[in-house]
Amino acid sequence: MLERIYSAQKLMDAACRKLGRQISIMEVCGTHTVSIFRNGIKSTLPEGIRLISGPGCPVCVTDQSYIDIALELAGRDDCLIATYGDMIRVPGEGGSLETKQSNTNVKVVLSSEDALQLAKDNPDKTIVFIAVGFETTAPATAVAVKEAAAENIDNFCILSGHKLVVPAMRALLSEKNNNIDGFLCPGHVSVIIGYGAFGEIVEDFGRPCVVAGFEPLQIIEGLGEICWQLSEGKAELKSIYTAVVTEKGNTAAQKIIDECFEPADGYWRGLGKIEKSTLKLKDKYSRFDAFKRFDIAETPGKERNGCRCGEVLCGLIEPPQCGLFGKKCTPDMAVGPCMVSSEGTCAAWFKYGGSGRTGG
Amino acid sequence: MKKEKHDRVLLAHGGGGRLMDELIRHHILPHFANDALNELADSAKLNLASSSVCFTTDSYVVKPLFFNGGDIGKLSVCGTINDLAVAGARPVALALSLIIEEGFEFELLEKILTSISRTAKAGNVNIVTGDTKTVGTGAVDKIFINTAGIGEKLAGVDLGFDRITAGDKIIISGTIGDHGMTIISQREGIKFQSQLQSDCAALSGLICELLENTNGVHPVRNKTPGASASPLTGTSNGVKFMRDPTRGGLAATLNEISRASVLSIEIREVDIPVKPVVQAAADMLGFDVLNVANEGKFVAIVSAESADDCLSICKRHPLGKEASIIGEVVRSRDVPVVELTTKIGGRRIVQMPYGRELPRIC
Amino acid sequence: MCLAIPARIVELEKDNAVVDAMGNRYRAKTTLLPEAKLGDMVLIHAGFAISIVDEKEARETWQLLAEIADFDKTPNKVSG
Repeated sequence: MLERIYSAQKLMDAACRKLGRQISIMEVCGTHTVSIFRNGIKSTLPEGIRLISGPGCPVCVTDQSYIDIALELAGRDDCLIATYGDMIRVPGEGGSLETKQSNTNVKVVLSSEDALQLAKDNPDKTIVFIAVGFETTAPATAVAVKEAAAENIDNFCILSGHKLVVPAMRALLSEKNNNIDGFLCPGHVSVIIGYGAFGEIVEDFGRPCVVAGFEPLQIIEGLGEICWQLSEGKAELKSIYTAVVTEKGNTAAQKIIDECFEPADGYWRGLGKIEKSTLKLKDKYSRFDAFKRFDIAETPGKERNGCRCGEVLCGLIEPPQCGLFGKKCTPDMAVGPCMVSSEGTCAAWFKYGGSGRTGG
Repeated sequence: MKKEKHDRVLLAHGGGGRLMDELIRHHILPHFANDALNELADSAKLNLASSSVCFTTDSYVVKPLFFNGGDIGKLSVCGTINDLAVAGARPVALALSLIIEEGFEFELLEKILTSISRTAKAGNVNIVTGDTKTVGTGAVDKIFINTAGIGEKLAGVDLGFDRITAGDKIIISGTIGDHGMTIISQREGIKFQSQLQSDCAALSGLICELLENTNGVHPVRNKTPGASASPLTGTSNGVKFMRDPTRGGLAATLNEISRASVLSIEIREVDIPVKPVVQAAADMLGFDVLNVANEGKFVAIVSAESADDCLSICKRHPLGKEASIIGEVVRSRDVPVVELTTKIGGRRIVQMPYGRELPRIC
Repeated sequence: MCLAIPARIVELEKDNAVVDAMGNRYRAKTTLLPEAKLGDMVLIHAGFAISIVDEKEARETWQLLAEIADFDKTPNKVSG
């Protein structure tokens, strides 16, 4: 394995020297962020490679107002909130899902099926499933919605916060000041949507897109491939996560997303409104849509005092450049989701890079 | 008088009257026959060989009560035995306090008491005194246990942060993350037969062997924290400090040691033993095994000269077969840090875990 | 952003599966992977199998899978 790492490092080094400048590569997957930090990958890269953590953490990109809505519903006696672990400590107005109630009506689940089971077990309550995640997780939500429909489990609904990766990448590249040379594309999103889905980034924006898995060798070889392409003046689509990713992806999963959801405009923390970038339940399933059931709407939230999560997400600043990092904002007392979520850029930086030190 | 048959604990069982007497004589006492306890006096009288003793206490509130590899009873004995052992003391006597929720099944209580008794016997320690209280529904979650323990300090053993110096080696006695991942997995409702097993075990036997056999001519260095080479002041054991990495895991323990000794620590991921089943479970839920609790392991900081001997002693013992030298203590650059060299040769800081780790999914 | 690990299907009835990941057994659904069969190695995310895993590639990709055969046999290093 070490030889392959050396080869990839040589490629990266040669590319920097040939181009005579820094190379900036963005990854848009929280699990990539964590793996990069946990494996100390940055410390193995040549000086000229800059890794940017983009908006790849689904909790981090969830707009403030969505969190506030979830908190409001958590405060209702007739509701039971089912959520993945990540969301539970995200701060909003008046606390987090963890602190707001005595926890008895907020349950951490590992699967949408568990949320559905909660609905079956608690007929006198309305179960609201906090459905966040990218395309990897959306199919699981869709399966639960379809089952609820088939079995008439009417006390089940979802608060859809699902987001789509490619529209966000397009939005980032449309920013004038962006300095993204290439993308390390998310491995498990690609399992669902197929690596072909990133073709439009290559065609329309001329950036290399390489899909990699989460093991350190995968990440390093992915970066090596991107650098090699750049040094050759190429911009190509490639996947090195061949164990599980295909060009077309998981068509059964795509079909079920399509059956239940349609793309809608949505708000991303730090990026603002992005067209057709979120998933909304189709009218056919509107009775399972928590937004409709409780007659609530998302409004773009303002970020909390001094919080620069938005700029961190776009790769415009690194966590230590935010005035709150490591001081008013730490994993114990998080101001914004980038610090609360264990995948958040700031949390990963804090844990593995030390406050005030360069990461890795 | 007819003995009443109950299958659940009643509030009256803690009331100091007939039912409580029955609870103690028929349910509890039979598990722990020894002279001190049989007196049923308000206090146990002990005759200790040494006036140099260690004293510790811990409370146990683990859920689930029963898990692969152990239960709350076994844990309550091992935990306190281990706290004494890592302080360099041979455990001698334990106190056992039970706080039981009304309605708790006697059958489960029996299981727990049997486990406590078995573990104490195996650990060569007597339960010499105890207390039982019953409380109303909801006042405790089924059962809470507290144990306190007394141990006699081993001769010639001097363990402390102030003995740690740059150059010392760090030994872990076996695989990490076993206990925490077992508990977490069971709690998350993964009900299947799993190869995951808590490592809950009493380490006093192994630790005493280690401490008694590495006595030798090892210079005691200057007691100033952070100092390295300095005038030799005497001889002492090659083992300088020990701790069991329970809550917060190896990461917490190493950070505590680093902070207290004002020295930095460098460890190597390739040398840290982890069972594949534990790593896979941690990967599934997004946990870092360095932050996960262990209940049958210890970390030892030992002199460089004695490291190989210490390792051999550990590996000869059933509870130390997978012991490994994972790194060393080094001088700090600016602030004391714990740094890890990863499997791919990268470097990163190991932070003090910041409390409750949450299972991730997306 | 998505934790998913490879696991082998050890029980399968309709779309209800039990999978084994290095000795951990979990319940998982194969609703999104109708072609999955007993004995297949699959990628599990949020309680669902989302892809068949090519076993040859798997050992290449996941260090843990590559290491597992050797774990018990590897002697511990003595002296750092």
